[in-house]
Amino acid sequence: MPTITYISPNGMSTSLEARVGDSVMEVAVKHGVEGIVAECGGACSCATCHVYVDGPFHEAVGGPGDLEDDMLDGAASERLPHSRLSCQIKMRDELDGLTVHIAPEQL
Amino acid sequence: MDDILIIGAGQAGMQIAVSLREHGFTGPITLAGSERATPYQRPPLSKGYLSGEADLESLELRAQSFYDERNIAVRCDDAVVSVAFDGDSGVAMTASGARIPFTQLALTPGSEPRRITVAGSDLAGVLYLRDLADADELKVRWGSANNVVVIGGGFIGLEVAAAARKASKTVTVLEAADRLIARAVSPITSEFFRQAHSRRGIDVRLSVQVSAILGADGVVTGVLLAGGEVVPADIVLVGIGVIPRSALAEQLGLELAGGAIVVDEFARTSIPRIVAAGDAVLMPHPLGRPGMVRLESVQNAVDQAKVAAATLMGVREPYRAVPWFWSDQADLKLQIAGLSTGFDQTVVRGDPDDDHFSVLYYDRGTLIAIDTVNDASDYMVVRRALGQGATISPELAADTSVSLKSLLVAATV
Repeated sequence: MPTITYISPNGMSTSLEARVGDSVMEVAVKHGVEGIVAECGGACSCATCHVYVDGPFHEAVGGPGDLEDDMLDGAASERLPHSRLSCQIKMRDELDGLTVHIAPEQL
Repeated sequence: MDDILIIGAGQAGMQIAVSLREHGFTGPITLAGSERATPYQRPPLSKGYLSGEADLESLELRAQSFYDERNIAVRCDDAVVSVAFDGDSGVAMTASGARIPFTQLALTPGSEPRRITVAGSDLAGVLYLRDLADADELKVRWGSANNVVVIGGGFIGLEVAAAARKASKTVTVLEAADRLIARAVSPITSEFFRQAHSRRGIDVRLSVQVSAILGADGVVTGVLLAGGEVVPADIVLVGIGVIPRSALAEQLGLELAGGAIVVDEFARTSIPRIVAAGDAVLMPHPLGRPGMVRLESVQNAVDQAKVAAATLMGVREPYRAVPWFWSDQADLKLQIAGLSTGFDQTVVRGDPDDDHFSVLYYDRGTLIAIDTVNDASDYMVVRRALGQGATISPELAADTSVSLKSLLVAATV
């Protein structure tokens, strides 16, 4: 199973195993990773699961779709070039080792 | 140390348990539910779960290890059937005969589908969609069904209709009112959805009365309309609203209105030591407008649960969250922020014919809500504006060459 590492705004690191097909948001919420709020449960409707994708995975993860793009504009924390809503990143084997930095504010 | 029982293991019940631990509560928490699964997301039941894109594990709100680590006792598949409280302590009894004592109580019973009562309602293949068991029954019949008739043009009905159409089924939507989603959106948005679903091949009928559901060998075969027409059906999905579950609240002698549990802005029931949250609750308008509201949404379940948990911990946090909601229907994403009840003016931005527009709702010139279709940008701006007490002038809002964000002004009230 691919592994995801979440870095919280205070620098704390949490690594979790993901099922292929689960979103980066789902894995975090189910295991209580703080800072990923995900109010809507993954419907791309709340922009409270904002993360910054770490360097080595920029290309493999890719950019947001149109709807996600608009939602990111309204996110609580600053939008950066590699901002994504983690509910829209589905885990695949080639994303093994993915590291994301959790945005400091979600609400 | 208090011993807290939460009756109802849905989104709201789960959130109360989680929030209690976040507040530092270390005493026993029991989350009691009637369903076989630990708390799960309901919205995908009419979308990803139906299409097979999501399975039960992906729907679970939290992993079992999450509850174990936080010492939250989740009791599934054993409904609480009776409850009593003397003001200091109480006890609940479950269907299996278990006895659960408590000193503080939270009710998150949720709601259940309103049942149709015409002749033939008990035929196999007449289905509802509220919980996992309903969704599993629908899935069993889904693959082989060609003709799907949806009774009720609200959110659940239209989401299932869209999913059925996407799966190339013949789909008819029967609505008794003269427009779709009449309780939640304005006539502009209603008419958009009628046209959009019609364009995608769904037969949408408004102002129709169902006389009976017809069947053969105990299985549904069609729906008889008041005019005598028969619409063939392999599945009849009934989505005509929900009824709050209030049996336990009645046993406790709590104040009810229209079957809903009446609470104040701190989620306290008429017995202030008992809190309640979620679909079954009638509460003061969260943005301070007149009247009491009952909200059937994930957002309300979560936000009201947080207020209820704070109240249980002796922390006063009035419920002031902006209501928001979404509905995914085919390639159409409806997002709503605020509550449009009481509007006297609407402003449309964009062109509904492009499947991309917004409707802003005003009351005496003040922005109170927005519906957007495939326009998350406008949705997010208005959601934030309502939360900050800001408004956007109706005269300027109609100009789509200007972004809504640039039109925000701080409210003067």
